[in-house]
Amino acid sequence: MALYKLLINGKSYQTEAEADTPLLWVLRDHLGLYGTKYGCGIAQCGACTVHLNGEATRSCMLPVSAVGASKVTTIEGLSKNGDHPVQKAWDAVDVAQCGYCQAGQIMTAAALLKRKPNPTDAEIEATMSGNLCRCGTYHRIKEAVKVAAKTK
Amino acid sequence: MTKLPNHNRRSFLKIAAATGGGLMLGFNWTESEAATPTVLVNAASAAPGVDFNSYLSINPQGVITILSPNPEVGQGIKTAFPIIVAEELDADWKNVVVEQAPLDTKKFERQVAGGSGSIPHSWKRLRVAGATARHMLIEAAAKRWSVSAADCATQKGFVTHAASKRKLSYGELANDAAQIPVPADVKLKEIKDFSLIGQTIKNVDNPKILTGKPLFGLDFHREGMLIGMLQRPAFGYKIKSVDSAAAKAMPGILHVVTINNSVAVVGKSTWQVKKAKDALKIEWEKDGNLESTADHNRIFKEMLDSSNTTVRRKDGDVETAFKNAAKVVKAEYQCPFLPHNPLEPMNFFAHVKEDSAELAGPSQTPEAARNQAAKLLGFPPEKVTLELTRMGGGFGRRLNTDFAIEAVQVSKAVNAPVKVMWTREDDMTGGIYRPAVRYRFEAALDDKGTLIGYKLRGASINAGNATREDNFPSGAVENLLIDSIDHKSPITTGPWRAPITNFLAFAEQAFLDEVAHAAGKDPVQFRLELLDKAKQKPTGKITYDIDRMRGVIELAAEKSGWGKNKNVAQGFSVYFSHRSYVAQVGEVVMEKGKPVLKKVYSAADCGVVINQSGAQQQVRGCIVDGIGHAMYGNITFKDGIPDQKNFNEYRLIRMNEVPEIEVHFVKNEIDPTGLGEPSLPPAGAAVANAIFKATGKRLYNQPFVTTEVFKGVS
Repeated sequence: MALYKLLINGKSYQTEAEADTPLLWVLRDHLGLYGTKYGCGIAQCGACTVHLNGEATRSCMLPVSAVGASKVTTIEGLSKNGDHPVQKAWDAVDVAQCGYCQAGQIMTAAALLKRKPNPTDAEIEATMSGNLCRCGTYHRIKEAVKVAAKTK
Repeated sequence: MTKLPNHNRRSFLKIAAATGGGLMLGFNWTESEAATPTVLVNAASAAPGVDFNSYLSINPQGVITILSPNPEVGQGIKTAFPIIVAEELDADWKNVVVEQAPLDTKKFERQVAGGSGSIPHSWKRLRVAGATARHMLIEAAAKRWSVSAADCATQKGFVTHAASKRKLSYGELANDAAQIPVPADVKLKEIKDFSLIGQTIKNVDNPKILTGKPLFGLDFHREGMLIGMLQRPAFGYKIKSVDSAAAKAMPGILHVVTINNSVAVVGKSTWQVKKAKDALKIEWEKDGNLESTADHNRIFKEMLDSSNTTVRRKDGDVETAFKNAAKVVKAEYQCPFLPHNPLEPMNFFAHVKEDSAELAGPSQTPEAARNQAAKLLGFPPEKVTLELTRMGGGFGRRLNTDFAIEAVQVSKAVNAPVKVMWTREDDMTGGIYRPAVRYRFEAALDDKGTLIGYKLRGASINAGNATREDNFPSGAVENLLIDSIDHKSPITTGPWRAPITNFLAFAEQAFLDEVAHAAGKDPVQFRLELLDKAKQKPTGKITYDIDRMRGVIELAAEKSGWGKNKNVAQGFSVYFSHRSYVAQVGEVVMEKGKPVLKKVYSAADCGVVINQSGAQQQVRGCIVDGIGHAMYGNITFKDGIPDQKNFNEYRLIRMNEVPEIEVHFVKNEIDPTGLGEPSLPPAGAAVANAIFKATGKRLYNQPFVTTEVFKGVS
């Protein structure tokens, strides 16, 4: 066990954990931030996506010891009032069915739009195809990314 | 106006003075025939145990709350229910909130998410509840103004009196309305006057979902709660020995206990428990047949040739029809087992105390989970509470209660509150899978291409009857024989979204396409001819509505421009399941010599559409689900051990693989007939029939991606 200082959503956290504990479980078990989801544990589904210094990162395979001074953003910290353009677009398009994967989808989309403010369909597909949605909301996810790109 | 039937005066509606003021209408969600309200005005009726089982309340601030008993699994029930109430109440949608009820068998029946049945079950009840409250608000306003109720109207949360230009909000009237006797009959709106039902309304949980608020079972937390994981046996094994020394010595691990045929590791945090579980050394021994997929392939062939089948339906004289046939078409179709793979894996919280227990988690059948837990613990059922969490998908997996019972067993064994969670690997390998099935179809055609004989044999592994003997084309063929045979296997199976029909529809609709081609007929025309036959000269029992099936066939053909666009290869499919009718057209084009699915048109008749947004989602989601599993879904076994354990080995459909989907609904005034499943069954054949049109090759086995047509396609 070691003590880790983490910068998450602009706040400092301190927690004891084993070095190999994935950031996902530190967020959920140690810090009570339940918005980031577990889906597969092997970076295949994208439900656990957070931002590490603004880059979309799978937190289920990122050991807490590798986070260091990086700035972590989770769905809880994407915006203060749930009004990030991607969140607003997700609401406007009414993307969610069960909703379980959507935090990961939103985090992936937000990072994409930061990198590429006006992505093409192919670019949206290439990036968003990394995130599984078992309910099959893919059409609306794609539409919502485009809406978010326009409303920024 | 629609007048309600008045033939049953059991207590459908009761009134209770709500604590904190306002109007609180208790109503019974469960009495199927009892649509007539009766009066009961006293505060005592709000006491626990009275037999109303849901409520609609309007508080003095005008907030309208309904209690929804049904579990939300992504089917949108938590949004659809209040829409129905608000419509008949003429409420302002902004003021309506819905509360998730906990499990309460005193108050509710059918607290179930399954069978596409929640809306059909609750439609009338919710309408009457809304209409009754509206009536009472009007009466209260009329009394206050000393005018005739007949001269008052309602509009978006207000009662209005046109002559005097007065209006009062529902909140202002709620206390008075509580004193009005509950009417014996209320008039419901004409469907053409609906202003909210049929609109596009957003998921009521969006604000929480989109900001990551804890909603799901896996997010459930209690102070002092431990985490548990289990190592379960593969199919056909039992524990021989357990060496848990290494696991027990690991940090954060508090207990390692053997429960029945599994070993539970309990500790402080998920990661510690997972690592300790991986460190268990368990020796397994054989406890039944150790089956492999190769065995199943052999068993299927034996079953299809067996004389030991159960006849499900027999019309006319099949033997003679086949003897006299000008042409016989025969084909076999096979599908593998499928895991459900909801993205939130199985999990449940349990806290077993001395004489009571608290449960919480995602269940499609909470009552069954509670009752089984109570029985196991020897407690009266009322001593076991169960809180329903939003579910991260279910697809039928959470109709089973195994994961909830495990949590109870583990909590009892370690005498602590425990959340048992399954890893993805646990979830995929510990499935209650969609049964594997193989069908043999045979069709006899006369020299005019008329279908004169039809045979279907369903051979299944743990599916019971894998046929749906009264479905189309039964009723449209004079000589017909449907039988089934089942193999009992240690591999556990259960309902998977659109049970049985999720694959039967593919097989049947792909076969009918092949028969239509053999008969030299257009596939759409061929189906319409069969329906004509069923209408004009029906054979035996017919359980589908011929006109509704015809309606969706014609709508799908019209919207897709069936047969008109020569640049695409189209495939047709239609199916009736879960009370609704869905026809689909798949469109395929050849790119670099390989078929690519471009578009699916869907035409559904589910009666009145409650919420366009939710309904479109259910149709699209079902089609994506149907195509995805037909294309890629495959779980195979070696000596009872699943070969696929996680999403690196098991392929789920992704965004870049979904076609464009165009959704249409038949507009009618039929009571809603279910939409969580019916769009899935036809999807596979719409695709396969289009691929045939494009390539000349038939697809008989799922997943398609393993067949020759897709060789070399990634």
